[in-house]
Amino acid sequence: MSDTLPQLPSGWTAPEAFASFGSFTAPNKRAVEPVGPAFLAHARRTLHGRTWSEDEKIQAQENVIVADVVEEESEDEEGESEELLNHSARDWKTLDLYGALGLKRHRWRADEDKIRKAHRKSVLKHHPDKKAGQQDGFFKCIQKAFEILMDPTKRKQFDSVDSRADVLPPTKFNADNFIELWGPVFEAEGRFSRVQPVPKIGTMESPKEEVNKFYSFFYALDSWRTFEFLDEDVPDDTSNRDNKRYIEKKNFAARKKRKTEELARLRKLIDTAIASDPRIKLFKENEKAAKEKAKWDREADTRKAAEDAKKAAEEAAAAKEAEEKAAKEAKEGAKKNKEAAKNAKKKNKRTIRGSVKDVGYFGESSAAQIDAILSDVDALIEKFDDLELSEVAGKLAGVTDASTVKSVFTESATKHAIPAKFFA
Amino acid sequence: MSTVIGIAFGNTTSSIAVEKDGKVEVIANQDGDRAIPSTLSYVNTDEYHGAQAKAQLVRHANNTITNFRDFIGKPFENIDVSNCHASAHPFNNDGEVAFKITANSEEILSVEEVVKRHLIKLIDSASDYIGKPIDGAVIAVPTDFTEAERKALVSIAEKANLKVLQVINEPTAALLAHASAGNHLPQDKITVVADFGGSRSDGAVIASRGGMFTVLATSHDYTLGGSNLDEVLIDFFAKEFQKKFNTDAKSEPRSLAKLRAECEQTKKTLSNSTSSTIAIESMAGGYDFHSTINRLRFEVASRSVFEKFTSFVEALVKKTGFDFLDIDEILLVGGTSQTPKIANALVNLFPESTKVVAPVTDTKAINPNELIARGCALQASLISSFEQEQIDESIEPVVTVAPHLTKSIGVQITNGTDKSDILTILEHDTALPIRKSKIVVAPQAGDALVAIFEGEPEIVVTRIEAPKKDESAPADDEESDWSEEEEDDEEIREKIVKAGKKLAEIGLEGVAPGAKIEVILNITKDLKLQVSAREIGGNGVAVRGVVA
Repeated sequence: MSDTLPQLPSGWTAPEAFASFGSFTAPNKRAVEPVGPAFLAHARRTLHGRTWSEDEKIQAQENVIVADVVEEESEDEEGESEELLNHSARDWKTLDLYGALGLKRHRWRADEDKIRKAHRKSVLKHHPDKKAGQQDGFFKCIQKAFEILMDPTKRKQFDSVDSRADVLPPTKFNADNFIELWGPVFEAEGRFSRVQPVPKIGTMESPKEEVNKFYSFFYALDSWRTFEFLDEDVPDDTSNRDNKRYIEKKNFAARKKRKTEELARLRKLIDTAIASDPRIKLFKENEKAAKEKAKWDREADTRKAAEDAKKAAEEAAAAKEAEEKAAKEAKEGAKKNKEAAKNAKKKNKRTIRGSVKDVGYFGESSAAQIDAILSDVDALIEKFDDLELSEVAGKLAGVTDASTVKSVFTESATKHAIPAKFFA
Repeated sequence: MSTVIGIAFGNTTSSIAVEKDGKVEVIANQDGDRAIPSTLSYVNTDEYHGAQAKAQLVRHANNTITNFRDFIGKPFENIDVSNCHASAHPFNNDGEVAFKITANSEEILSVEEVVKRHLIKLIDSASDYIGKPIDGAVIAVPTDFTEAERKALVSIAEKANLKVLQVINEPTAALLAHASAGNHLPQDKITVVADFGGSRSDGAVIASRGGMFTVLATSHDYTLGGSNLDEVLIDFFAKEFQKKFNTDAKSEPRSLAKLRAECEQTKKTLSNSTSSTIAIESMAGGYDFHSTINRLRFEVASRSVFEKFTSFVEALVKKTGFDFLDIDEILLVGGTSQTPKIANALVNLFPESTKVVAPVTDTKAINPNELIARGCALQASLISSFEQEQIDESIEPVVTVAPHLTKSIGVQITNGTDKSDILTILEHDTALPIRKSKIVVAPQAGDALVAIFEGEPEIVVTRIEAPKKDESAPADDEESDWSEEEEDDEEIREKIVKAGKKLAEIGLEGVAPGAKIEVILNITKDLKLQVSAREIGGNGVAVRGVVA
């Protein structure tokens, strides 16, 4: 470091040890190239109106937050249960390999880096050199677990049968907690998929396509799940080759059987889920409603035509009825008039006939005379039309004078020139 | 995490690159080329791209489209068609540039269509390599691309299903790649970026200040490029052919195309080895041609072209008003920069303090062909996590246009490494606001004075007398030519910084002798200079003040 400051001249004074002489030459405006990390910082400062130190502080804070998260992640200390600690390394097939490394919570989600870190931690804690006088069984378990989990093939075989990572389908659930309860089930099943990422169960608001895609993905799940881990140990002795082959064959058959069972199980699981998925019910309902509406809309024309026809027919019927009614009324009126006329005629006739009786047959008493009078009256009545009948009846009504009656009859007889026997 | 790439879309060649885990990889296309010729060719019903298309220049020149990048967004009357002489000719299609292809049936391809197809091929190569569909890209264009032309390029890319995150300048991209690779991004430097391409040359003087780049000057030469060197070789071999067989190889377009393809290859070989052979079967008139050329002969033959390259850089520096000593670095970009002579000529022209970055002068230099694509890939990965809106907002002039210091600002020192009496803290052409600090040493006795000055650059010329020659030796004609130069006194030019205008003084009392003192200069948004000084590790409080 050779850049040395000059000495402070003696007698140099300034308020607060700072003296200002003048501002720097006016800057000119130029465009910065919008490229590179430094520009990002510049843009951040400019857009947020931060000063240099403010921005540094905020960035530092953000970094601190990130660092905290990292630490938190590594701080998932998991205590080992007594059972795990006493597990014999010889029975490693029944061992919870993840538990041995303290990765109970992560299981198949743990990446290689995490496993390595967890292993290191476990080793530091459980190394036999640190536990003098104790059994080193658990350390062997740790080593075995690490060996298996670091080998991708072996790890897959273990993951395939790691029932501790399975999430059993819920037995009791309703539309409200369907997603909540079934989501983890499918997430766990999805770990076997060769195709990643696996679609998520979605939300209650997921569209139909998404839900369909989700279920069809699981129906067609390309699973890497294998069951080699459950194989019966093949004896390593060369003496009995037949037995060895027999066991190998048995293992193969068992694997195949398990795989088939696994397929059936998954299918059943999806069927159950679909059958109770409230979204699918909703889609079906919506679809039905939509279909009906479409049908309703489609038939609107025919419906309208039918309505129109019906209306027209009704109108026609009404018109016809009114007409008929009118006709009937007219007919009835005519009948009434006719009857009235008939009655009047009868009455008139009765009056006319009665008039001769009322006047005592003009004093005639012989049967022949009376007969002649009556036949004349009848002949006259026959001759009268309706008008004349009423006119004559009017003349005769209430008349008690025989001569008047006689003159009326005589007049009528002359008028009609009937061969009258009496009223000549 | 989205998959983003960088695309260097050149007139002659294009490159694609991707950033992964802090490392940038330039992607080779299906043919294995990292510098993919920007060429499309149509033969019968087939479409060829890249090197395969370029090979068709010999047999199907009329259906092979080259050098179309510069036509983007330009009306027909504004384009320079001279580069398309030996390939499909552009024609005026209602004012727009288009190509007529008669491979299968007659087809008219607009420049947009050609560029679109080219981009699709590039994206295909990239997504094949990465194994994922490409979500976005940063594309670099020359500095003389107008805003409208950049927009046209973005819209074409959209039609090719490519989201352009940002269009950046080629020289800046190259510099970003170079500085990031060498881990000297935050250094303050003045760099000349000279991009010698296949058919044109572009130059830019860029000030790097704390990782921020400001283009101070640009220049373009549309007739100077690697093809000029090819022409030299073509002439050279055509002459030889004429002499041998009395046949003109240049009169027949197909012979010329064959010769051109081979000469280009020969030129590339000469960049790596000192001699190269050329062999063309049935070049012209049924004669096979076979010859060799060494690098020296090539350099002599193309001296005038090399001079053009050198003077291009010289003129660019003069344009900025800088002295050669102000230039810290010359970054050579583009395939033509592989030619050793160009870099060597620049090394000779510029003082020792100027570092010329080219494969021949610096073994660690990145392949100049790949610099731009690498820079684009870096930028793409930087901004891939942002929303497009945020990116667009950030490249608005409101953000990019910033005040820049006209003069450097520094602190007075007594015994600098050179003869300067100012230790520069803030260089000239630094974008404001800025905060920067430097550490200086307190004097051995007494209190320290922190005096802030503006720096005035000064070129100090020291003459060193040439060692006396043996005067008794009679100088013959030939020697006198040489000795004349040698007799000149050697000049040592040095750049030093003198104290200019005094801005502020701080008195630091009670500092330990030889203690380290940090001087912080901070220029705020409202262009106020804040100065503060404190003793590192000492118990004294910092003294600070604002320059009024």
